[in-house]
Amino acid sequence: MQVNQEFRPKIVAFCCNWCSYAGADLAGTNRSNYPADVKIIRVPCSCRVNPLFILRAFQRGADGVIMCGCHPGDCHYTTGNYYARRRMTMLFSMLDYLGIEKERTRVEWVSAAEGAKFAATMNEFTATIKGLGENKRLEDLRCKTQ
Amino acid sequence: MKKVSRSSLDACFAAIAASQKLYLPVADGEKKRGAKYAPWFEGAVYSTAVNTVRSAKDFFFPQVEKMTRFKMDGKQIEVEDIRKENEDFVIFGVRACDAASFAILDSVYLSDPVDSFYQNRREHGLIMTMACGKPTETCFCSVFGIDAAEPAGDISCWMTEDTVYMQANTEKGEALLASLPMLEDAADDAAEETKAAIRQVLDKLPLKDLSTDAFGGDKLMKLFDSDKWNSLSEACLACGTCTFVCPTCQCYDIRDYDTGHGIERFRCWDSCMYSDFTLCAHGNTRTTQMQRFRQRFMHKLVYYPSNNNGTFGCVGCGRCLKSCPISMNIVKVMKTLGEGNE
Amino acid sequence: MQDTMMKRASELLADGTVVRVLGWKNGEFVYDPTPAVFDSAEALAQDFVYHDFCGSNLSKYLIELSRLEGKTLVFLKPCDSYSLNQLLTEHRIDREKVYIIGIPCDGKLDPDTVRSSAEGILSAVTEGDSVQVETMYGNVTLNKADCLLERCTVCKSHKVVVFDEMLGENGTVNPDSNRFDMVEKLEAMTPEERYEFWRGELSRCIRCNACRNVCPACSCEQCVFDSPTSGVSQKAAADSFEENMFHIIRAFHVAGRCTDCGECSRVCPQHIPLHLLNRKFIKDINTYYGEYQAGAEAGSRAPLVNFTMDDCEPNVIYKGGSK
Repeated sequence: MQVNQEFRPKIVAFCCNWCSYAGADLAGTNRSNYPADVKIIRVPCSCRVNPLFILRAFQRGADGVIMCGCHPGDCHYTTGNYYARRRMTMLFSMLDYLGIEKERTRVEWVSAAEGAKFAATMNEFTATIKGLGENKRLEDLRCKTQ
Repeated sequence: MKKVSRSSLDACFAAIAASQKLYLPVADGEKKRGAKYAPWFEGAVYSTAVNTVRSAKDFFFPQVEKMTRFKMDGKQIEVEDIRKENEDFVIFGVRACDAASFAILDSVYLSDPVDSFYQNRREHGLIMTMACGKPTETCFCSVFGIDAAEPAGDISCWMTEDTVYMQANTEKGEALLASLPMLEDAADDAAEETKAAIRQVLDKLPLKDLSTDAFGGDKLMKLFDSDKWNSLSEACLACGTCTFVCPTCQCYDIRDYDTGHGIERFRCWDSCMYSDFTLCAHGNTRTTQMQRFRQRFMHKLVYYPSNNNGTFGCVGCGRCLKSCPISMNIVKVMKTLGEGNE
Repeated sequence: MQDTMMKRASELLADGTVVRVLGWKNGEFVYDPTPAVFDSAEALAQDFVYHDFCGSNLSKYLIELSRLEGKTLVFLKPCDSYSLNQLLTEHRIDREKVYIIGIPCDGKLDPDTVRSSAEGILSAVTEGDSVQVETMYGNVTLNKADCLLERCTVCKSHKVVVFDEMLGENGTVNPDSNRFDMVEKLEAMTPEERYEFWRGELSRCIRCNACRNVCPACSCEQCVFDSPTSGVSQKAAADSFEENMFHIIRAFHVAGRCTDCGECSRVCPQHIPLHLLNRKFIKDINTYYGEYQAGAEAGSRAPLVNFTMDDCEPNVIYKGGSK
């Protein structure tokens, strides 16, 4: 059996239902390519993303976690992403403070019309994570498949 | 009895560590952090601190221990026994109180049904105790009949300014001492002077007269119904510090962890101070912190002695006196409940 | 001070203003007073103490006590008063049921530090800048400044921010506390060094939950880490990930609400510098969202339940994202 030696990162993308998830849809409709390593989790609003979700993703083997929401000012619920913005800033800063590579976490605002931006963002993020290699600093050894 | 000069103690450690894992108390960073047990390494400095912050029970009853693994494949469940034979190890510098705590843990884990995880570790561990040169104000082991000048263990040690005396108490200990070429023979009473000096200090300890008269299996209902528990427990934060630093607290919880590709069953320390300690399918049997607090001290001072020929479940190491965030501890409980109850 | 406090407490008990007094009770040794409730002048006379080892923060006990019948008198040090204000902000304490006497504080002693410098302590008295310790092995004189709790060495404020009456002179806020020095030092390290530092510290955790249970900001009836239905309930940190997760999430849950009272670091049996996590959040909030001191004012809106339209983007933390 041939073993594929190339490192395929696991990437979790939390996408808000109203903008970013629709943006991902548009990327698909437009046939824009983005890596299959990106697993999208749809959330009602970026504000729904609890910091525990991000940590959970890392625990379960994610090498990178990205959160996408409506552009500030465009939130379906008016202000959700403003709260999310502060929260994620704080969380990412803390992860960085603990010495966990800051490049593994990211926030991008992607509207429903920005299919191309979605694809470009995911391509770029995946490349970054590929460069970083496996997530070692925030991993749960028990969850690694032997 | 054998002896070795303190300057050769390091060589002695190196010789032991050459054949098996050796753990000894070392300073844990800055001074106020006290001492911890660590594997011996070249240049390790033995800490003579009166006690380590965490107790020596960790060696036989670790905080977390994997027990078994399950794998599911369709309707097949595969159970994997991950128990392994432990390797031999030596713990140096165990104090008399901790050495006595092993007997209490043994009475729980080595009586039928035997806890094979504990037994495995216990059988492979060799305990070298050290008499307490400088007991401190929080020490009260003598209250429970423990002699800090005559610690138990496979090998007992005494330390003077320049010499360490070693006395083997078991065959295992005898064999280890025989394997150390740097040891010299010493007279059997060589450590008597040191012991006498220790006993003199022990006699000056502020807690030496703490009375256990009010406690024991026969005092159950009177103590259980005491109205003093409310005020004793009112400040309790319900954290598990006292139980986790305690050398005799031996409760654990068994949990399953879903790894995404199987189940890992592990056990970990549990604390009767936690609200979910007694949480069962039907509900919780201890609903207030007073009840949980009472349980801990009733267990040590009443239930345990009642089941174990009067032996108390405390060894007087004083760790809870130092660690409790609100400074409520077994000494205060014994004094308060003991008042007018002898 | 102790006598003045006792006298005033007895008066307030006698005239019916309060029905109980929350203070500190004499311990076995000089350094181990326990928080306690007194309901009579006799009880106060017997056991009430106040000295330099009375470091514990009494505010959190008022959540329970303010639910009881009648008013509770509480003595609050400057630190504790910030916590109380924060609890008032979160509607956890009924202000009407609490009678607050503010007491000045010039730093509390750390029993661990004193014990590590003097074995066999029989008594310890502060005299000016020194601590006179009588031990079983002779007398020791310690420098008070060397024996203070960490939080007291970088005291942020000597001001009692909420009180019904003050005993003694109220102090002032100290803007030059240098309390972020260690955070800055860590920030200046490489990620590798920071990772090593925190693994070294957090791997010491025994998950006794003392930091959580003592924390006045952790006032949830049931913690996410105790809830069997939350999916994160674990009794022990069975893995390095969980050690990290517990402390990150705990710090996050109190971010913007933590008054930096330092109780978490004071109670940690493993001496983990937990305040460094909380101070990082406080420092970040100050930097990105403007100076904010939780508990300085009752009713203020915590920064993490607030926003402005032109907040910075999360990419201020890293390069590579789009602004």
